[in-house]
Amino acid sequence: MKKKIVIILSSVAFVLVTAILLQLAGLLLMPKYMSSLYEGALIREYYDEKNPSHDVIFIGDCEVYEGFTPPTLWEEYGITSYIRGSAQQLAWQSYYLLEDTLRYETPKVVVFNVLALKYGEPQEESYNRMTLDGMKLSMSKVRAIKASMTEGESFASYLFPLLRYHSRWKEIGKEDWSYLFSRDTVSHNGYLMQTEIRGGKSTVQPVPILDTKLPQNAMKYLDKMRDLCAEKGIELILIKAPTNAPVYHWYDEWDAEIVSYAEANGLTYYNFISLEDEIGIDWNTDTYDKGVHLNVYGAEKLTRYFGEILAECHGLADRRSDASLSAVWAEKLIAYYEERNQAKTGGT
Amino acid sequence: MQFASLSFILFAAITVLLYYTVPKKRQWWILLAASYLFYFAAGASYLLFILYTTLVTYLTARVLQKHADREDAYVRENRETLSQDARKAYRAMGKKRRFRILICGLILGFGLLAVIKYTAFALSGVNGILRLFTTAELSIPNLLLPLGISFYTFQSMGYLIDVCRKKCRAEQNIAKLALFVSYFPQLIQGPISRFSSLGEQLFVEHCFNGEEFRAGMLRVAWGFFKKLVVADTVAQGVKVLIAESGDFQGIYVFLLILLYSIQIYGDFTGGIDITIGLSRMLGIKLAENFDRPFSSTSTKEYWRRWHITMGSWFTDYVFYPLSVCKPMQKLSKSSRARLGEKLGKRIPVYLATIVTWFLTGLWHGAGWNFIVWGLLNCLVILVSQELTPLYHRFHARFPRLVVSAPWIHWQMIRTFLLMGLIRSLDCYRDVPKTFRLWGSMFTVFNAGELFHGGLTAFGLTVADWAVVLVGVLVIWQVSRIGKDKPFCDRIAKKPILCTALLCMTVFVVLVFGAYGIGYDASQFIYNQF
Repeated sequence: MKKKIVIILSSVAFVLVTAILLQLAGLLLMPKYMSSLYEGALIREYYDEKNPSHDVIFIGDCEVYEGFTPPTLWEEYGITSYIRGSAQQLAWQSYYLLEDTLRYETPKVVVFNVLALKYGEPQEESYNRMTLDGMKLSMSKVRAIKASMTEGESFASYLFPLLRYHSRWKEIGKEDWSYLFSRDTVSHNGYLMQTEIRGGKSTVQPVPILDTKLPQNAMKYLDKMRDLCAEKGIELILIKAPTNAPVYHWYDEWDAEIVSYAEANGLTYYNFISLEDEIGIDWNTDTYDKGVHLNVYGAEKLTRYFGEILAECHGLADRRSDASLSAVWAEKLIAYYEERNQAKTGGT
Repeated sequence: MQFASLSFILFAAITVLLYYTVPKKRQWWILLAASYLFYFAAGASYLLFILYTTLVTYLTARVLQKHADREDAYVRENRETLSQDARKAYRAMGKKRRFRILICGLILGFGLLAVIKYTAFALSGVNGILRLFTTAELSIPNLLLPLGISFYTFQSMGYLIDVCRKKCRAEQNIAKLALFVSYFPQLIQGPISRFSSLGEQLFVEHCFNGEEFRAGMLRVAWGFFKKLVVADTVAQGVKVLIAESGDFQGIYVFLLILLYSIQIYGDFTGGIDITIGLSRMLGIKLAENFDRPFSSTSTKEYWRRWHITMGSWFTDYVFYPLSVCKPMQKLSKSSRARLGEKLGKRIPVYLATIVTWFLTGLWHGAGWNFIVWGLLNCLVILVSQELTPLYHRFHARFPRLVVSAPWIHWQMIRTFLLMGLIRSLDCYRDVPKTFRLWGSMFTVFNAGELFHGGLTAFGLTVADWAVVLVGVLVIWQVSRIGKDKPFCDRIAKKPILCTALLCMTVFVVLVFGAYGIGYDASQFIYNQF
């Protein structure tokens, strides 16, 4: 009997040790996104927020996390905000990230960038990973994975990342060891700062599209976002961030569809492309990649413009008189300007 | 559902759990349901083919059994009235009748395999001839090749022959026969089992046996190690060497021979380990299919140790019957009369050997490369047989040398390389091209390239090489330890060590295995046969 107990206990111990080792191996082998591809680190940073409670939650792709700066929105209008955005974040991923966010807080306004509505099908595994790996395990994550998987991907590999990243043992580096248990913060409330100036206008003309309607699958998730916000008493605002790149061209037909969708559902829609002059965007100085995305200077201009709209048209109050909030944001502003000024003085 | 997949592991785990949960007399029902579900997951239309084979096998076997029983009953009842000669004559007549029934069953069984697997090959051959005379061509249909059809057809037809030979009785319960034909762990790549050994085990009640279960689990994990860590890592390089054979000649052909040997060994023996291991977890002992084949010192020995169940199938059901059949005996008689006793008696044996190897090649695939592969194996065996007196003289002259370790190792290396060379026909799949590339080993002298980045020029990184080398060493060592008693059996007796090894193997497979995105998930090579 004693022998049997020893056998069982030792076996359980071995299984446990293996499970722990596998878990550690998974942590070690997962990409950390700390020295490149910072976009991959954005989603998980949200969970580090202490007592998250924001007036505005931005949801969307690169046009959002590189187009709006929450520190500016606070500094100039006293509006608290967070961006839950990631690279090529698809409509359903945005929906499930919103669902996930609403488990932690109920903002007054949700701002959704409509560019992702052009995609009706899962796109690329690498982008899926950057969006989904950072999500905490929840039913929202499970559903997001199921909706996002491309051919050849396995559901299990999202739950056990070791199954996906095991082959990285060949390229494991100092970064993987340094950030095994904790990560640096790379964003400013979800804003990924780009300080480089690389202006210019692309001469390539946008490709004509055959199907002028936005895919039904994507629109279905817009409906879900609308319903979820309505259910929680949150105002949903649709926006289209400015861009000057033919590859991300926002076609008039799509715009008309969103305009009529917003009208039909009593939503507000701002197309900032047509407001570029009013915002003051200069594509020679306000982009870091020839007009595909805004740099910090362009993002600040857009944020100031939108902040005014949020304050005046959507009734978001100035909360700068709140001492505890001010203290939190003062720290965030220091970090923000430190990075911004570092770039000006030639730092990285 | 691929063997080397999470879904299969989950499927197998649920099957094992249910197997030991249901009443013991219902265990075989679980196996049958699991087998059909497994096959259904591979393709719903495949079910039709396996059902057809099962039905043909069942009906033919029942008819054969009925005739055999009637014969036995008649002889028993008339034991006293029938003379010995009359009994013999009656038996011979019955045997003839059963043989005719068997032939019908074999035609129906092998017919399906022949139509599905060989129609395109036969028609392209006909088109090749037609092209000499006319521009007209026959259209080649794109027929579906059901998973594991060669394996389950051979297993079923072997059973029919055994019933005909009265080596086993026909199964009366069609569901039980269906399980014998479709038993999922061995369905897609063997081993090719005999009803006399597997049938009984499938249907009897099995109690959970901790030691057997541990041995089985360890064997499954070991199979995954061979397949995912070694074979699939090597596969990345092999794939490039084959696809870009124009750039990789000379020394790279030699390298391909080495690497493909490692790949197919890891792949096939790994798959069989999973099959045998899973069966042991269910309390079922399958026939071993490998016995350290790369330790063979001759081609003949190699084929006794590699894919043993296929070899014994062809020996028992093709070679021996062919060697002793009446036309062959006639041939033997006439050749002895014309060519002399020594040479004449070899003719039927050689003819049977050639036919057997031709069919073995054809079994592996419908292509000239497989046929040439079979015939080259045959050639090597026959030549070495012819040279036997020479070997004997050499052995007599150098008795100490031929038992020395260096000499035995030389024989092993020679056999390994020879088998690898012939096996490379399976890689290039084009006979003239393969011969050209073999030639390049002697005309393109580029061995130096290997030391200037050549080893990592075809998809294998330094890290991959390290994994392969360590993996091969571990396999070699485990195979050495398991020379007398299988390694897993030794370890299973020590539960703590077994769990520790199991955990370690799982860890190594999960981290160092070549699976998932970034790797081209390789099916087991033998699944295609």
